[in-house]
Parts: sequence; structure tokens; C-alpha cells
Amino acid sequence: MSDFTSDIWNFYVIGIVVAGIITCIILLWSHGSATFTPGQVTGHKWDETLEEYNNPLPKWWSGLFVLTVVFAIVYLALFPGLGAFGGFLGWTSAEGPNSQWAQETSKAEDALKDTLDAYLAQDLPTLASNSAAMATGKRLFQSYCIQCHASDGKGQPGFPNLTDDNWQFGGEPATIEETIANGRQGVMTPHADLLDAESIKDIANYVLSLSHNPAADANRIIRGQQAFAASDCTNCHGSDAKGSAGVDAAVARAYGAPNLTSGIWLYSSAESTIIEGITNGRQNRMPAWEGFLGKGKVHLLAAYVYSLSH
Amino acid sequence: MSQEKIEKNVALLIVFTLLAVIWGGLVEIVPLFFQTSTTTAVEGLKPYDAVQLAGREVYIREGCYNCHSQMIRPFRAETERYGHYSVAGEFVYDHPFQWGSKRTGPDLQRVGNRYSDEWHRAHLRNPRSVVQDSNMPSYFWLEKTLASDTVGHDIVEKISALRAIGVPYEESDITGARDALKDKTEADVLIAYLQGLGQSSPTLSNFQ
Repeated sequence: MSDFTSDIWNFYVIGIVVAGIITCIILLWSHGSATFTPGQVTGHKWDETLEEYNNPLPKWWSGLFVLTVVFAIVYLALFPGLGAFGGFLGWTSAEGPNSQWAQETSKAEDALKDTLDAYLAQDLPTLASNSAAMATGKRLFQSYCIQCHASDGKGQPGFPNLTDDNWQFGGEPATIEETIANGRQGVMTPHADLLDAESIKDIANYVLSLSHNPAADANRIIRGQQAFAASDCTNCHGSDAKGSAGVDAAVARAYGAPNLTSGIWLYSSAESTIIEGITNGRQNRMPAWEGFLGKGKVHLLAAYVYSLSH
Repeated sequence: MSQEKIEKNVALLIVFTLLAVIWGGLVEIVPLFFQTSTTTAVEGLKPYDAVQLAGREVYIREGCYNCHSQMIRPFRAETERYGHYSVAGEFVYDHPFQWGSKRTGPDLQRVGNRYSDEWHRAHLRNPRSVVQDSNMPSYFWLEKTLASDTVGHDIVEKISALRAIGVPYEESDITGARDALKDKTEADVLIAYLQGLGQSSPTLSNFQ
């Protein structure tokens, strides 16, 4: 890069580089015309017996030094290095449309383009049965998705399992693609200031009972059911508590409110975890990948995710 | 000057070594101070706020740079994985920058917004809970310490010092620094720092 704030620095760099090369030439020259006394020691003595001969360098060796000087001159003519002069090849690593990086990237994109375009024209179920496409999809998934959803797609606490038919934001092909392309923000409101600890515990037990979990405390279920209906739970999880799979799915999907009756838990079915979720709320974010990966790769990934549950 | 004298005189050895090092610096370092691309901030670059700055101190204290670089090179393999390659103007407010030179873990220069705060929290607590075969150590204790007691105790002085060397902080950044750190744990501030990495401008960032 050669965007010096003043031309002085251009000449400064050129001066040092040229002076360096000239010094090397002079050194080689003077070495060539120096007088040597082959076979005779210089008279320096180290550690009593260590002596130094005054022999010239082997010819092949000084030849290598000459080569480095020639190389430097050729290199500086072709590539950037001599101040602001960019070299006759016009090579850059990353600047401009013809940089090495831009060429490398567009070459790869061109090679992929036809394949991705063909995939884009197919719907997800068709693509999901194409084994070549799924092999690529799997590699994309392993590069970009497994940090949260795990390499088998089964997720981990807080990050959804993609292999079942339980979807917070909807599992239709178009919805999956939309989720990957534009991301999602899942929100559970904190209730620490809205409900007392006892009510939260009651609600947690009622929520457990919705999926017939034997750990639910029968004494708390009735109170929990009332508290659930009386507080704002149904606003997102729906009047049937089935969230994004229930009667109020449209609203539930806006917040990623899960189906509480499914027996599938994003965090865990432990009472303490549910209480923690109700008390402190949850924030979950799926990043928007379209800007980073492009439409084609997002489509392929969506097909792969679709294939995990079909 | 005879060869013998140069070989045997320690003072001369020091002088010539110094000259060689200074020459290297004059050639390789000095011109960088006079290039627009290395001294001008990219458009949209903001100085770290008090919370991020404290997080950066945690990053440095824990030696994150020993395993994580913050320098995406302009190669396709890197930009496909990490995002836009790094440009010098992104680091002008970093004193010092955290480029690193070792990647036991992935590059972090554009990790900002790539994961949720919750992911970072789980990952710092126990990396294995989200990435099964990770060999990153757990940093669970970061959640147990208030940043204002440790990395943030001199946050006002730190911001003032950065301001003195040209980072464009406002007076309000300094007066509000202590309040900004209030109640925040070391994990909170570190995550705030990580979430801001590489997000200075829309053309460079991966995730808005």
C-alpha cells in the first residue's frame, strides 16, 4: 500500500531500498577485488588454538549473493516495494477488483454459480433428496451452524434441535429459509418484577404438567394454571399453551414462543430451569446469514436443515 | 577499523547492533506512521465504550490473544469462514492492537454479533457445553467477579490516557465510565467487547 501522506516518504523508501541494493553491489565488488592469502592464517587466535584463514568465498557462494541482487531488482520491477511504485504486474493482495483475493474469490464463485443457481430453482423437499446437494449442505452446516446447533443438528441447551418436528418459528420450507436468511430473535419476558416467587413456582409446575411430566407437583398445578391464565403467559404461548404450534401461532412465532405441551425443552425440564426462565426471561438470537453467505448457500442450508427432520 | 577490533570490543558490538536494529525500524516501521490507510480510522469506527474497554482488559489479562488472532488475511479460505479481511484502519483506536499470531482457536476479528450473548455466556462458562470437542479452557469465574473491582477499577484513567493519545472520547465518556460498569461482571464486559469486534462499518461487518 502506498498512500503516503507526503511524497517525501515515497522518496525515503525508494532511497533506502536503492541504497541497500547499491551497498550490496559495492560489497560484492570490493570482496571480488580484495586480496586474499589462501592457506595463510590472519593471525587472530581464539581459545588458544582456534585460527582463521583468509580465503576468498567459494565462487558458487558469491554467485548466490549476486543472484539475490538480481532477484531484488526483478522483484521490485514487477511487484510493489519501491515506494509508491506498484510494479509493472499491477499485483495487489486485496485492493481493487483485480487483486489476488478478488480473483481467487470470484473464480470460486463462478465455479459454484451454476450449481447454486440450479439448486435455487428447486424447492427444498426436492433438494433434500438430492444426495450431492446434501453432501454440500452438510459441509456448509458444519462450517457455520454446528457451533450452536451441534454437528448432528440436535442442538444443545438454549439452541434448538433441528431434527425434530418442533419449531419455534415454523418448520415450513419457506419459513426455515427465512429464518436462516434473516435471523430470528426469540424473547421470553423476565417476570421477576411481575410475579412473586411462589406464583412462578406454581406456573413452572403447571407448565411441567402440560406435557404430563411426572415431576409436576400436583398441589401447585391448579394454582399454576390460574396464574398462567391470569398473567401474560398466553399472550405469547397462546390460549392453548401450544405456542408456535397452537391456535395463536402467528403471534407466538413472532417471539419464538415454544409449544409448552410438546415435552420438548429448549433448556431442560428441570423445575429450577423453568423457574429461571420465567424469572429472568430468555434472549435467543439466530443471526441473519444471507448477507454473509448469499441466497444460494442459504437455500442449500435450508434444504439440509429440512432434510434433518424429513 | 581493523576486523580484530570490531570482533573484540563489546562497546562496538553494542553500537553496531543498535545501528542494525534502528536501520530495520527506519525501513520497516517509520513509513507506516505516514500512510493514510494505517493511520486513519475506517468510516464508522467508534472508540470502545467503557464496558467494552474493560472487556478488552479481561481479554488481555486472560491471554486470549495467545490462542485467538484478530487478523483476517485476504485469502478466500479465511474470508469465507470469518468475513471481510481486516483492514488497518479498523485498529487505529486499539492501543495496542490484539492481532495475535497464533490460532489454536478461531480468529475473532469479526466474531461480533455472530453468536448471541447467551451463547458466549454458556461458552465462557464451559466451552464443551456448546462445542463438544473444544479444547478452550473454562472461564467460569468471570461471572463471579465485578468488573469494577478488577479490570475496571481505573477505567476513568484508562479512557483519559487513551484520549490523551488521540482516541476521540467525549467528556461524557469519562464521567459516565464508572456508572457504565456498575453491576457488570467480567463476563458481561468481555462479551460486550466480543460482540463489538469487527462491526465498525456495514461494508466490513458480517452481521448487523
